[in-house]
Amino acid sequence: MIQRVANAALLLIAVLVLNFTMMHLAPGDIADTISQSMGGADATVMQQIRAEYGLDQPFLFQLKTYITKVLHFDLGYSYFYNQPVTTLILEKLPATLLLVISAQLLALVLGILMGVYAARNRNGFFSFLVTLFALLGYSAPVFWTGILLLIAFSLKIQWFPVAGMVDVTISGGFFTRALDIAHHLFLPMITLASIFIALYSRLCRASVMEVLGTDYVRTAKAKGLPERSVVYKHALRNALAPVVTLAGLQFSAVVSGAVLVETVFSWPGLGSLALQSIIARDTPTILGILFFSALVVIVGNLLTDIVLRMLDPRIASKG
Amino acid sequence: MNDSFRSQNKPALLKVQNLTIELTTRLGTAPVIDDVSFELHEGETLCFVGESGCGKSMTALALMGLLPEKVSRIASGSIEFNGVDVTQASADFLNQLRGNELSMIFQEPMTSLNPVFTVGEQIAEVLRHHQGVDKSTGVKLATQLLDQVKIPEAHRRVHSFPHELSGGQRQRVMIAMALACQPKLLIADEPTTALDVTVQAQIFDLLDELQKEHNTAIMLITHDMGVVAEMAERMVVMYAGRKIEEGPVDEVLQQPAHPYTRGLIACVPHLQAFMHEERVPLLEVPGVVPSLNQFGGNQCLFADRCDQVNERCLNNRPENKYTNQRSVACWYPTAEGVFL
Repeated sequence: MIQRVANAALLLIAVLVLNFTMMHLAPGDIADTISQSMGGADATVMQQIRAEYGLDQPFLFQLKTYITKVLHFDLGYSYFYNQPVTTLILEKLPATLLLVISAQLLALVLGILMGVYAARNRNGFFSFLVTLFALLGYSAPVFWTGILLLIAFSLKIQWFPVAGMVDVTISGGFFTRALDIAHHLFLPMITLASIFIALYSRLCRASVMEVLGTDYVRTAKAKGLPERSVVYKHALRNALAPVVTLAGLQFSAVVSGAVLVETVFSWPGLGSLALQSIIARDTPTILGILFFSALVVIVGNLLTDIVLRMLDPRIASKG
Repeated sequence: MNDSFRSQNKPALLKVQNLTIELTTRLGTAPVIDDVSFELHEGETLCFVGESGCGKSMTALALMGLLPEKVSRIASGSIEFNGVDVTQASADFLNQLRGNELSMIFQEPMTSLNPVFTVGEQIAEVLRHHQGVDKSTGVKLATQLLDQVKIPEAHRRVHSFPHELSGGQRQRVMIAMALACQPKLLIADEPTTALDVTVQAQIFDLLDELQKEHNTAIMLITHDMGVVAEMAERMVVMYAGRKIEEGPVDEVLQQPAHPYTRGLIACVPHLQAFMHEERVPLLEVPGVVPSLNQFGGNQCLFADRCDQVNERCLNNRPENKYTNQRSVACWYPTAEGVFL
């Protein structure tokens, strides 16, 4: 496990180097943006700006400076927002984490429940519905699903707010505010979860069906255990491993899906920040966001490993 | 219905009458168990022998109510266990019976235990479910059971996962699990096929010992005639879903009435070889078990492989003929003085 953490740290540094290199390779820099906002500048002024921000230094030197700074938890300063990048991101991160984690959990819970149900009644009408829903959820682009849900449940039937995360007019204690956030969260969460519900329920259905045919499930039945216990205790625990593995692999997809969903629902998270900073060519912010996304994905994968170990003792014993 | 030829005063623990099980395949429906009747008394060991695909395991699964759903069904007949017909019983009733009064050991110890729970938990679960013991008592009893099936360091092993045990130990765990509630009937479906020969003997010794202790009836499925001779009092020979011969083990082995039984006995090398200086060549029953779509035909299904076949065998199904202790389904049985 310690080795896993060490690997993850190395991977994070690799991500840093790669991100920085790619940003460096892209044409244009912050000097262009600054000069644009000033209404144009000649070559000497551009040179001055570049010198000021250290952009005239050799690439490897810039890279070294950047990595050193990141390792000291300094992600640089945003020229565009006039704030340290770390502050900027930490301000937006909770909203994204809330969306990503709630969507992922919802997708897992619903996906697993639907998968198990469909596996137990494999020729039933509901099983067919699950398959159909899975196909729809998986093939529909997430922004399209989002817009449709917005039209249906915010405009036509005004159940949910159209945009944002909090209603500024609402004041009250923690509970009132939490409820308000949950109210705002609902549609974006469903939208983001829809793709993954589809994925997880399909896999879970197949996995449970396979496990239900194994010898140890027959043993469990031979013990006289009721069907509920056979399915939810003996079969599901084994069937979950592939689902959890997939969920871990899909974690990065959930994070990138969040960018789109945040944009559709004006959710004040990293996604909107990423979009704006890309348009503004705000390199430090973009790099910072990439760094945090990588961090979230890596932590997600580590969590997956831990859950898998808890589910299946055979994985833990292999070390 | 066939008259029972048992003459014991106590009613049979298990009474299977005219059991027919149909299996549906792409080719159609075939009786994989065709009109099979037998009885089993308390404390008795009954062996089922026959080649693969003869319906031995199917019979066992039917007794447990574990026939593969949708593809197979009990078409007719009854299975009376302790006076109750389990083919008509509700799922709840079956669940009370299974693992409690009626339990089963499977062929594959490697895959029959759930890999994600400790063996102690898997044993204790049975006790908790059937006897309502609490968690800590369950673990304590599980440890005792592991000790009883001679797993060394039971108090430590009780917390092991199946993958940490050897095949023989896993089968011992299966036995401990099956015997946890001291069942009246234990079905052992080729319990040692997947194990080393040395371990085989140990497992059978263990079963034998535990049977004597608890007066458990054992239905042992095997294709090893040596095991039959050693373990059982009576034997049933199955062929193509039909019971073709039944009787006390020593009598059947000495005077087999059905040509198939004779063939099976002739296949076992050591039963004859140790009497001769020279080794006799290994024998086999020529041919193979007929395919499923031939099952249920009005003929002797062994006819293709029999050296005494004639017109009658091909056009009429031989019914089971009963004597005092034995039965045979053959038009020309060979045990002299028994069926003539």
